[in-house]
Amino acid sequence: MSEKKNNQVSRRQFLNYTLTGVGGFMGAAVVAPMVGMAVDPLLQADGSDDFEYVMDVDEITTEPQRKTFYIDQQDGWYDTEAERAAWIYRDENGDILALSPICTHLGCVVDWETGDHDNEFFCPCHYGRYDKNGVNIPGTPPEGPLHAYEYRIEDGRLYLGRANPREGA
Amino acid sequence: MLQKLYDWVDERLDITPIWRDIADHEVPEHVNPAHHFSAFVYCFGGLTFFVTVIQVLSGMFLTMYYVPDIENAWHSVQYLQSQVAHGQIVRGMHHWGASVVIVMIFLHTLRVFFQGAYKKPRELNWIVGVLLFFVMFGLGFTGYLLPWDNKAFFATQVGLEIAESVPVIGTDIKTLLAGDPDIVGAQTLTRFFAIHVFFLPAALFGLMALHFIMIRRQGISGPL
Repeated sequence: MSEKKNNQVSRRQFLNYTLTGVGGFMGAAVVAPMVGMAVDPLLQADGSDDFEYVMDVDEITTEPQRKTFYIDQQDGWYDTEAERAAWIYRDENGDILALSPICTHLGCVVDWETGDHDNEFFCPCHYGRYDKNGVNIPGTPPEGPLHAYEYRIEDGRLYLGRANPREGA
Repeated sequence: MLQKLYDWVDERLDITPIWRDIADHEVPEHVNPAHHFSAFVYCFGGLTFFVTVIQVLSGMFLTMYYVPDIENAWHSVQYLQSQVAHGQIVRGMHHWGASVVIVMIFLHTLRVFFQGAYKKPRELNWIVGVLLFFVMFGLGFTGYLLPWDNKAFFATQVGLEIAESVPVIGTDIKTLLAGDPDIVGAQTLTRFFAIHVFFLPAALFGLMALHFIMIRRQGISGPL
């Protein structure tokens, strides 16, 4: 296509390079803000760090109780109160544990002692199982323990924050 | 590298004649601004196309955030305008481009008109061009409602009343456009959105294809 004479850039090559360069620059200038807009969700900060009141501490037993609470959720232009659930109890050391019911396999919802799964959390989607501490039982689909909510106690009232992953089996 | 890739594809599909047909064509001296500066008047058609491409691209990205619903439309525009990265720029491109494209298409029409370039054998291309003009106006009219603010609402109210002033079928036209004989509301917004985003662009692309095929087939009209 191009005639090379003594390694010099031919007139046609020069024009090709210039046009491609200028055209590419102009195209990029047009497209860049649009791509920026499309990837905006990646740039947004994570959810809120607020703590919400869930239950009184003296109601907490060694048996997991399912409690729901509401967090303020900003979904783009749509502000809403989103429901969250937690399994709350004291473990054998007497420490408070508030577990997220979201299965760490693929995000279904686990239940406590459902069917014949005594003393276990069970996920019906793919038969994921967790022991009472929310640690996944090896050989079942989940690859990590149930997430635990951050909590805070003020005046005998339990407040929950965000749920974080834990180390486990 | 690129050359090798091109050769690989070309060897199998023989694509060179295809893009030669599209890209390789004579630019007569009288339309080349390097020869006669006044030939810049021939740019307006291309500029119309360029702005149209920007409109299509920016519009595609705007629909990632926009919802055509009376409860949420304004809030989604507010959100994409003030919270989304570069949202203000992209909406600005679409907003200003909508006006610029009308200006460009008008200048292009003036050039063709005053040069008499619409005369035989190019009458059909003139007709397609006028249809393109109407489609562009339709895009402007329907797009204006979408932010669902007061200006948009009352502009549409007025536009619909104008449509209603057509003899005999005016009321039916208005109902057909607004989706309701009396209300400018939820159904109007979804209709205008569908027309703006699907129906008119489809018509636009078809007509543009015809426009370009015809100009390539007939060539640019001769010098004055």
